[in-house]
Amino acid sequence: MLKVSRNPVVDTVAKLVVTAVAMFAFVFVVMVPLYNVLCDALGINGKTSGEAYTSVQAGVDETRMVTIQFVATNNEGMPWEFGPSVNSMKVHPGASNDTVFHASNPLPDAMVAQAIPSISPSRAAAYFHKTECFCFNQQPLDGESSAEMPLQFIVDRDLPQDIHTITLSYTIFDVTDMVRGAVAAR
Amino acid sequence: MGDHHHGPAKGLSRWLFTTNHKDIGTMYLWFSFAMFILGGAFAMIIRAELFQPGMQLVEPAFFNQMTTLHGLVMVFGAIMPSFVGLANWMIPMMIGAPDMALPRMNNWSFWILPPAFLILASTLFMEGGAPAFGWTFYAPLSTTYAPPSVTFFIFSIHVLGMSSIMGAINIIATVMNMRAPGMTYMKMPLFVWTWLITAFLLVAVMPVLAGAVTMMLMDIHFGTSFFSAAGGGDPVLFQHVFWFFGHPEVYIIILPAFGVVSQIIPTFARKPLFGYDSMVYATASIAFLSFIVWAHHMYTVGMPVAGELFFMYATMLIAVPTGVKVFNWVTTMWRGAMTFETPMLFCMGFLVLFTIGGFTGLMLSIAPADFQYHDSYFVVAHFHYVMVAGAVFSMSAAVYYWLPKWCGKMYSETMGKTHFWISFIGFNITFFPQHFVGLAGMPRRIPDYALQFADFNMMSSIGAFIYGASQILFLYNVIATIVSGKPTDKEKVWEGAEGLEWTVATPAPYHTFERPPAVR
Repeated sequence: MLKVSRNPVVDTVAKLVVTAVAMFAFVFVVMVPLYNVLCDALGINGKTSGEAYTSVQAGVDETRMVTIQFVATNNEGMPWEFGPSVNSMKVHPGASNDTVFHASNPLPDAMVAQAIPSISPSRAAAYFHKTECFCFNQQPLDGESSAEMPLQFIVDRDLPQDIHTITLSYTIFDVTDMVRGAVAAR
Repeated sequence: MGDHHHGPAKGLSRWLFTTNHKDIGTMYLWFSFAMFILGGAFAMIIRAELFQPGMQLVEPAFFNQMTTLHGLVMVFGAIMPSFVGLANWMIPMMIGAPDMALPRMNNWSFWILPPAFLILASTLFMEGGAPAFGWTFYAPLSTTYAPPSVTFFIFSIHVLGMSSIMGAINIIATVMNMRAPGMTYMKMPLFVWTWLITAFLLVAVMPVLAGAVTMMLMDIHFGTSFFSAAGGGDPVLFQHVFWFFGHPEVYIIILPAFGVVSQIIPTFARKPLFGYDSMVYATASIAFLSFIVWAHHMYTVGMPVAGELFFMYATMLIAVPTGVKVFNWVTTMWRGAMTFETPMLFCMGFLVLFTIGGFTGLMLSIAPADFQYHDSYFVVAHFHYVMVAGAVFSMSAAVYYWLPKWCGKMYSETMGKTHFWISFIGFNITFFPQHFVGLAGMPRRIPDYALQFADFNMMSSIGAFIYGASQILFLYNVIATIVSGKPTDKEKVWEGAEGLEWTVATPAPYHTFERPPAVR
């Protein structure tokens, strides 16, 4: 053959290989970040923002009371004593509120913990703003010692009228191995 | 250029180094049958354990390994490779091509499959046992709580995924570039059409599966936290990624089956397929919809109501193109001069039972109702009606239909019909009662059950043994045909058959269509 023509099979295969590679990348660069963004934005799974809330609310709504309940759970195998100082509090939307959680490490060794929050009903997650939270950081604790962990939050004035109670649940995880970069016990 | 009219090489090297689409198709078909027997053996252990309530034969941990491996082997080892084998054999002959577009890659994509399954099966003998987290391998069961063999499982999924992607690329390249002159897209046999669309689904979602297992691998060994809440990840993310692959996957399994049925019913109804164009558009619509319905597998994870509604309506929408297909098959038979040879019996069995599976699928698509059905034996019954009576029945039909063309021998019609009826009856005894125990609340994947489910489970187990035994009969039929079947040299083995594959000699010569045929 004199005329050098591009082989159409090669063209087809090249396009398909690119598609397959792009779909593999799609999982990491689109699906994972998109899932996290959607969860944050819509409060799916009761997820709350992992960063401190800095906006200012337009005053306190004195006419309305919302009950905030606190729940603390230890993840499997986590030996710490962990719980809220009060089980529930009544707050006005727009007002800033403070409370603390207690944690104590009964073991002789230093450990690191991470608390993961979840809001129920999940619809309320977008209206529950934490200005300060121990869950923003990991919590190191020496052996046989304890700590008070602060939480400061504002319930948004735009919280839907039919929501009267919000439950804030923390699950505390042992991340000592993860922090030390060790491969989990296997 | 050398002489093209040579036969196959002799001995083992013929199979190791072959680039012939018929040889590779044959190897795929035999391999998938071996996996079908292996996955079937796992199912027999499951049903033997469930024959009576209480712990009977195996440890619960081993039972979990059996449910996991049964699913994985059947989906990735039996059904998918069987249709790839059929595609290898038939697509070049149906479009008038001399071979697949990429014969060497074809050899490679087959030969990496057996090692992948060897690795998967070898996990049974490893410390900690085989994967026991279900074929859907949800995190954190498959990460934090997995046995050490999970790493081998991940590697095996990577390898078989590569095999599927290469096979799919080959099929697309063949169909798009190797059609005989005059074979326009809208003249292609429906089996070619369904496989073309299936291959696009494979290229799009097998990499997603590879991504999911790669994330597992990184979570387990490299300290990432994609699926670990403690590190800021989310186990529910796994389910989204998995089902984004998993739902198209079920259509990857069933669309080639639709293609087979669309070839066989017109032959034995002696009428052209009713609504060819609408069949093509329905297949494409099903493929498109498969990408936007994945979360109907996870209604109970706590999605917002808007999400439940979207996935519910999108799922129900699939009933429309599927209904078009069932309508067209029935209408093809309407006032046809029908005969009921074994392939036709399997296709009619497919039609009835797949439709039942479709209806239970519609029930499951209703989000509020699904909260009761979720993870119960109702789901098990549903997907076995579409996977077994859908994919496996159509595969049996395909083997009986094309076997005379492949080997130049007729199978025994009596034996074929016996295989069909035992399969049909055994299948229904196995899976029909599972609808009832599921609705009554029996959960799936549990080695024990409450006493009130005892009778139906015993029926299920007896049916499963009957169905399992009938597949041994299938193996016997195929071997008996190849060894001592009545020879035939009719090009058109079936009176009513249409298509290029029926214009070549019987048995099909090693090389066909070295010169492209004229397509009217």
